[in-house]
Amino acid sequence: MKLQQLSVFLENRPGQLGVPVNALAEAGINILTMSVADTTQFGILRIVVRNWLRARAVLERAGCVVKVTEVVAVDVPDRPGGLAQVLRIIQDAGINVEYMYALRSRDRADIVFRFDDPDAAIEVLKTNGLEVVSNDDLFDSLPRE
Amino acid sequence: MDTFAFENRVWDTAETLPRDQLASLQVQRLRDVVARVARVPFYHETFADAGITPDSIRTLDDLRRLPFTTKAHLRDHYPLGFLAVPREQLARFHGSSGTTGRPTFVPYTRDDLDLWADLCARFLVAGGLRPEHTVQIAFGYGLFTGGFGLHYGVERVGAAIIPAAAGNTPRQLMLMQDLGAQVLVCTPSYALNIADVARAHGIDPRTLPLEFAHFGGEPWTEDMRIELEDQLGLIAMNNYGLSEVIGPGVSGECAARCGMHIQEDHFIAECVDPETLEPVPPGEQGELVFTALTKQAMPIIRYRTRDIASLDPAPCACGRTTVRMSRVVGRTDDMLIIRGVNVFPSQVEEALLRVEGTAPHYLIEVDRPGALDELKIHVEIRPQDFSDKMSQMEMLRRRIDREIASITGIRAAVELVEPQTLERFMGKARRVIDHRREKGLI
Repeated sequence: MKLQQLSVFLENRPGQLGVPVNALAEAGINILTMSVADTTQFGILRIVVRNWLRARAVLERAGCVVKVTEVVAVDVPDRPGGLAQVLRIIQDAGINVEYMYALRSRDRADIVFRFDDPDAAIEVLKTNGLEVVSNDDLFDSLPRE
Repeated sequence: MDTFAFENRVWDTAETLPRDQLASLQVQRLRDVVARVARVPFYHETFADAGITPDSIRTLDDLRRLPFTTKAHLRDHYPLGFLAVPREQLARFHGSSGTTGRPTFVPYTRDDLDLWADLCARFLVAGGLRPEHTVQIAFGYGLFTGGFGLHYGVERVGAAIIPAAAGNTPRQLMLMQDLGAQVLVCTPSYALNIADVARAHGIDPRTLPLEFAHFGGEPWTEDMRIELEDQLGLIAMNNYGLSEVIGPGVSGECAARCGMHIQEDHFIAECVDPETLEPVPPGEQGELVFTALTKQAMPIIRYRTRDIASLDPAPCACGRTTVRMSRVVGRTDDMLIIRGVNVFPSQVEEALLRVEGTAPHYLIEVDRPGALDELKIHVEIRPQDFSDKMSQMEMLRRRIDREIASITGIRAAVELVEPQTLERFMGKARRVIDHRREKGLI
């Protein structure tokens, strides 16, 4: 139910984003989705990949500082108002969202959420009829590595 | 410079004593101060070890038998271990930064304050100050000796004071223009900032009423002088002092502007090789060492300033017979002066250690891109400190910011960098890059 997202610290220097991205490319690892959060001082790159253990090893070998965090991918009805509906449920349940970003593949639209309490959040989402996407479902839509 | 920048006036005849009279006065006062510091534990012990008594001081050469006093000694006897009079006699405390969080306190008796005002009057008058002037003091008024020191010196001369204190540059300009300040007292870099802000407000700095400036609190070059005089349309004068010795008033330039006259009737100046501690020949650079002969609350014997300069004993065209020191050209230790504040790399280290989870691998970068000094500290984060949450990373950075500001007293820009990216050193770590030096600003 929960995905293992990798976060990578990006120093405030030109070309820093290229380091993790190139390392993954050379290792033949496909990035399912990513987001970059930035301040003027530094950035955090967040990525979701099929084999996070392997990806973490590759990134650390390339000199990156990597952290693993559990995140939840939620299926969003692919129509106007789809996201609004999901957010309303989350908000009404008082669940705290640290950050979120989108993930779109051929036949689905998902939002990746970082919840403070992912297990509690999953319960609420399922109770409200929302689909939490499993690892397998997500990566089935990706070509094999 | 061959000519006088303005009319030469001497505040005190002691400044023109024949050298032999000055020497006997110094020996007599040296004997007196050796007797006075007997009640200071550090001097009591070190004098006993070296067999020094007041009677054994017969010539100025005997000074060399006396022990040196260092900043470390002052720190070891925090807070008031060098006090030479009973507490009831104290009238003021000032202080200066220490290498870690604690300042060095400098106490004064009423007589000390009177002396201090007079010494400042000497260099102010030597530097062109007249009783009819209005002086804007843009130094911080507080523990820092610059503010109050200059204040009472100006008052002694009889000039009018605008106690503007530091900061709020638009207000400084308003005071200067509306009250007609002819004399400015501040750090040279702040003066450049005043010029910048003036222009930003549509004021040509040369139209300000300023005629003279007395700059101190940080080292500055001849190039800086030309720049300041050009931008502000005034005559820029140098003065030097340090709180451990008394504060401002140890030395200052005269109208001839070739070196700063040291007030030798109150301070014996030496210039020594920092390694061998032997005196260097006149004109050669070495570490400045001062002995305060007439202070009561905290007389200090052979204080190693860690400032590097040279001494010129040749007579000056102004008629003063006192030895002249060059500008301070460097330090024997790693202390930095940033926006007029003393900052030690070890303070940064202490700040980083206080913030839980920050490895002490850091690099200090100092620059002066415009008028003001900027301090940037690159800090390596450890993998276990990295969070996926931006808020936590921001919080870490803010905590480092706060600790550095708390210990050093100034704001720095903190930049988090990846581990293993800062240079590692085999021997002594070179943790400071000072671009100002390359630019010839200090």
